[in-house]
Amino acid sequence: MKPNKTGDSGGRSVITARNIDLTFQTADGPVHALKDVNLTINQGDFVSFIGPSGCGKTTFLRTIAALETPTGGNLTVNGMSPDEARKARAYGYVFQAPGLYPWRTISGNISLPLEIMGFSKADRQQRIERVLELVDLAGFGGKYPWQLSGGMQQRASIARALAFDADILLMDEPFGALDEIVRDRLNEALLELWKKTQKTIGFVTHSIPEAVYLSTKIVVMSPRPGRITKIINSPLPAERPLEIRDTPDFIALAHEVREGLREGHGDD
Amino acid sequence: MTRALPVLTVLLAIIVVWYGAAVWMNAQWAQDQAARADTTLTTDELIRQTLTQERPVLPAPHQVAMGLWDGLFGQKFTSKRSLVWHGWITLSATMAGFAIGTLAGITLAVGIVHSRTMDQSVMPWAVASQSIPILAIAPMVIVVFASAGVTGLLPKAIIAAWLSFFPVLVGMVKGLRTPDRMQLDLMQSWNASAAQVFWRLRLPSSLPYLFASLKVAVAASLVGTIVGELPAGATAGLGARLLSGSYYGQTVQIWSALFAAAILAALLVMLIGVVEKLTLHRMGLAR
Repeated sequence: MKPNKTGDSGGRSVITARNIDLTFQTADGPVHALKDVNLTINQGDFVSFIGPSGCGKTTFLRTIAALETPTGGNLTVNGMSPDEARKARAYGYVFQAPGLYPWRTISGNISLPLEIMGFSKADRQQRIERVLELVDLAGFGGKYPWQLSGGMQQRASIARALAFDADILLMDEPFGALDEIVRDRLNEALLELWKKTQKTIGFVTHSIPEAVYLSTKIVVMSPRPGRITKIINSPLPAERPLEIRDTPDFIALAHEVREGLREGHGDD
Repeated sequence: MTRALPVLTVLLAIIVVWYGAAVWMNAQWAQDQAARADTTLTTDELIRQTLTQERPVLPAPHQVAMGLWDGLFGQKFTSKRSLVWHGWITLSATMAGFAIGTLAGITLAVGIVHSRTMDQSVMPWAVASQSIPILAIAPMVIVVFASAGVTGLLPKAIIAAWLSFFPVLVGMVKGLRTPDRMQLDLMQSWNASAAQVFWRLRLPSSLPYLFASLKVAVAASLVGTIVGELPAGATAGLGARLLSGSYYGQTVQIWSALFAAAILAALLVMLIGVVEKLTLHRMGLAR
């Protein structure tokens, strides 16, 4: 609970990264996955990480979730180390694949983290109802994953990440495997959900329009070594219908992101 | 019907070939008999005689069928001539061995998946154990146990377990390792304990592999038990039945026991198939 305020969006800072370095030792020698990454994410931010493959965007997200350990620098989440935050169940993580258990129904899948964390049965039931409602899957709780479309499965996996009230939602290309039309709808739904729940969201993507449409803050990264080349605070209003993508502001912001990506590439 | 047709065709072909082989292989003895009696046989007589011998080189299908029927239903179930009685002796040792083998296989697999040391030390020994011919090890097991005063079911069950733990071990190691990185990461992000990961993720993921292995293991158990019944002149069980048949040239008896064993194996594999279907269906894995 650090009250340290930072200028840009005014919220309490939730994630603070100072000079993060991460080197993987592989058979082909060391790989510099993250170099000197500095970033502050505030309560309620929607932060997108964008960049070409190998730029370390997924690795950074995993570092926040304590799935990787930095080899240098200082990273705090809610004033704790990432691993302490993980044990305090501060994150909901959503991967590119839904990762639902085929032998559990949708309700059963959402119940899984709740069972692991020891919620009572009545509490579980009530939470499942609530998050199913939230991702617009009310009435599908009794279905098995294979009975649902890819987009619905991904919504179920988001519901699972929301069920235990983690205040940080980390999403690693959650819509990367879906088609454009479904993706648009889910982007819209995600914004709605973000507004309703006031979560802090870290979102990895390959898509410039997706990053621009969703984020309050866009982090542009580049590879070899993975680093942040640009941090753009979005000037777009909080209210974002899909049509906003045709406005000059949106196009200008998308252009800025594209420029940022190009600059990053100029280096190698 | 369309599904049964190819099966029946193959069956019919086998029976035809079998009859042909029976006539051909038993002809020599029929002709010798005829020569001794100073008669010659017409083709018709020759064929008839080859298919009705008491101790043919190769009994005809109907002789085996009759031997099997008589062994199964023509005797009191408690009689030593009853294949049901012998089958029960074999079955009980098979099931005991199967249970021991399955338990050992699963236990070792759990250890291998969770401990790097066990992964590196157990697997080579498990593979080595299977490269020893079971025919070589079986008499020693029987003799060692007999010298300690243990005979009957247990030594045979040990041999059956020796053969059956291996497929279970291999299948379960593979099955317990099916959850991918992402699913394990999810578990970690929820701060799940190793036991929770095992019971909620690894074990359910492994069940389809377990059932496939169990089918192999139960058949291997039966083979192990029968091999265990061969040495040291065992008097009960399908293996003993095979052995005594071969002592006295009772080929019909051998073939009947063989078929009884085959039917038993088929029933056991089918039984596991049924359990598999029910379980996977209950889990929502069957579609």
